[in-house]
Amino acid sequence: MSRFPSYPIDADLILRELKSFRRELLNREDFIEKRIALLSGSTISAIKNVIELFLLRDGIQPIFHESEYNRYYEDLMFPNPELERFSPDLIYIFTSNVNILRYPGIHDSAEDVDALLASETGRYQAMWDRISSQYHCPVIQNNFEMPHYRLLGNLDAYELHGRCRYVAELNRFFAEQARVRQNLFLVDLHYLSSWFGLERWYDKTYWYMYKYAMSYEAIPHLANSVASVIKAIYGKSKKCLVLDLDNTLWGGVIGDDGLSGIQIGKETPEAEAYTEFQTYVRSLKDIGVLLAVCSKNETANAKEGFAHPDSILKLGDFASFKANWEPKSENIKRIAEDLSIGRDSLVFADDNPAERDIVRAQTPDVAVPEIGQNVTDYIHILDQTGYFESVSLSAEDVQRSAFYAGNALRKEVEGAFTNYEEFLASLQMRAEIRSFAPIYHDRITQLINKSNQFNVTTRRYTEAEVSSLAADPSVITLYGRLVDKFGDNGLVSIMIAKVQDGDLHLDLWLMSCRVLKRGMELAMFDALVGEASKRGIHTIVGYYYPTAKNAMVKGLFARVGFEKTSEDDKGNTTWRYCLSDSYTAQNLHIEVAHER
Amino acid sequence: MNDEEIRERLTAVFRSVFDDESIEVNSTTTAQDVEGWDSLAHIQLVVAIEKEFRVRFTMLEVKRLKNVGDLFNLVQTKVG
Repeated sequence: MSRFPSYPIDADLILRELKSFRRELLNREDFIEKRIALLSGSTISAIKNVIELFLLRDGIQPIFHESEYNRYYEDLMFPNPELERFSPDLIYIFTSNVNILRYPGIHDSAEDVDALLASETGRYQAMWDRISSQYHCPVIQNNFEMPHYRLLGNLDAYELHGRCRYVAELNRFFAEQARVRQNLFLVDLHYLSSWFGLERWYDKTYWYMYKYAMSYEAIPHLANSVASVIKAIYGKSKKCLVLDLDNTLWGGVIGDDGLSGIQIGKETPEAEAYTEFQTYVRSLKDIGVLLAVCSKNETANAKEGFAHPDSILKLGDFASFKANWEPKSENIKRIAEDLSIGRDSLVFADDNPAERDIVRAQTPDVAVPEIGQNVTDYIHILDQTGYFESVSLSAEDVQRSAFYAGNALRKEVEGAFTNYEEFLASLQMRAEIRSFAPIYHDRITQLINKSNQFNVTTRRYTEAEVSSLAADPSVITLYGRLVDKFGDNGLVSIMIAKVQDGDLHLDLWLMSCRVLKRGMELAMFDALVGEASKRGIHTIVGYYYPTAKNAMVKGLFARVGFEKTSEDDKGNTTWRYCLSDSYTAQNLHIEVAHER
Repeated sequence: MNDEEIRERLTAVFRSVFDDESIEVNSTTTAQDVEGWDSLAHIQLVVAIEKEFRVRFTMLEVKRLKNVGDLFNLVQTKVG
């Protein structure tokens, strides 16, 4: 188990033991590597080192390139062979209000102030444009923290020449730009510094001595926030919140105090606090976080708690429900299996420090923040972790819990059939399998970057790459959506295949685990064969690269009829499929709508 | 706080900042004597010492530090 501290962030400890934490976190092997260019308007060294820790902790190993001190604009805007050779996966423009070129002068006219604003925002627009045309990669950009002092006092917030007003205008512009530019993501320095407290955020000693734009203690909080955005871009955010019940979701012990004895509702201060926490948890569900219960209780008692008239959460809000007397770590493993997600996608919240410790020790992949024992702290501790950060809210996120609730129903029905084929037929499945369409590019990118299990090559692509592959005539792209009588499963499968020297090379084939064993992979393969035939292709080449998580597709190519042509000492295998005129569709139970 | 305790706690800070349990420092130790003691590590060290002893140094005080002996004396005057 890593000694790297959990949340709430212990800034002093992280800063003091940077080196040993780094050494320990590097003691694993399954990192994905990301090349990150840092273009900074103030000193960034310590910030970079702490960002690295937070990324390593969640399986991303960054390779950094740093611009020269305060040359972020020049380094980006002019030919820069070094940065081009570095070929970043991501660029972080680290600017803050020390980089604002000029604030409005007290004698400036309204037109002058507008012009000033336009020239400042124009600089950033030029940099963002340049990145998308030259480097084709996502940009993370800080907005601005409020100024260190207010010359005009409260008036500073609204008078034309006020600095606070000027910063607010800049931030408003950045927010609008981030909404319309697909590859621009903000780090909300404004919120972070307010939350941290501007008085603690600013430490002019560090500015004058070392050119740090904020106090040293603020660095771990900032680094965590940046790392959360990076993880969200690469699909490494957490997916499921696993909750204890007694004294976590309500006050008291349901087994002892009974339904009328637990604290929830508006009657007491404690009950109100639990109600607010339940409301927060319910909102997490609304943005696509799965909820699960893991409690030491009789199942009937545990379920009764949600029948409380004031309970915000209802039984139906949980995608998995484990209330029994087994060790919590065992139940947590089962929750991950039920939901077909990795244990590293789980966050566990429990008021009992002993349970937290055991879960941390037994299932080290599960994130266990120190939420304490005081309900009034739960929300802000969970919130500052950034575990559930997302870079956009896709329709899929908002519907995700419904998908899983549908799965629970499907499992029940499955039990009623003796024959699995009959069960599949009863689902009345319909799929849409077509070439990538722009409206799905964000969901496709999201799925590409977070699918680990049913994924033969685990290649990752940015949204810009997805768009260019979709437009490339030598590439076959396919997405699959699946609907059945219990609901819409959404966009769940992706294939990317390149024509090269007359053969079709399957670079990517993945599927969401929520539709495992439904025959969707067969429908996808049929569609690929169809597209290949249209182009007169005779051979499809498949690749399987083993990872810690994708053993389930080791035999996939053999199953659909490929022959293995090579295998290296790492277990990487290559497969060949020869198309014949007499191909018979392998999918039996899904009605497929193809290309219009 | 007696001198011995200050010395022990200073050594502990050095060991965790440089991730080296074998580091011994004395009053004449300078940045040249410790591997990895660059400007970045220097800030990290100064901040960690401030936190360890719950004191704050001014810009001038930090600038005047020449060796570990100066650091020791500075901490000593601050913690009394």
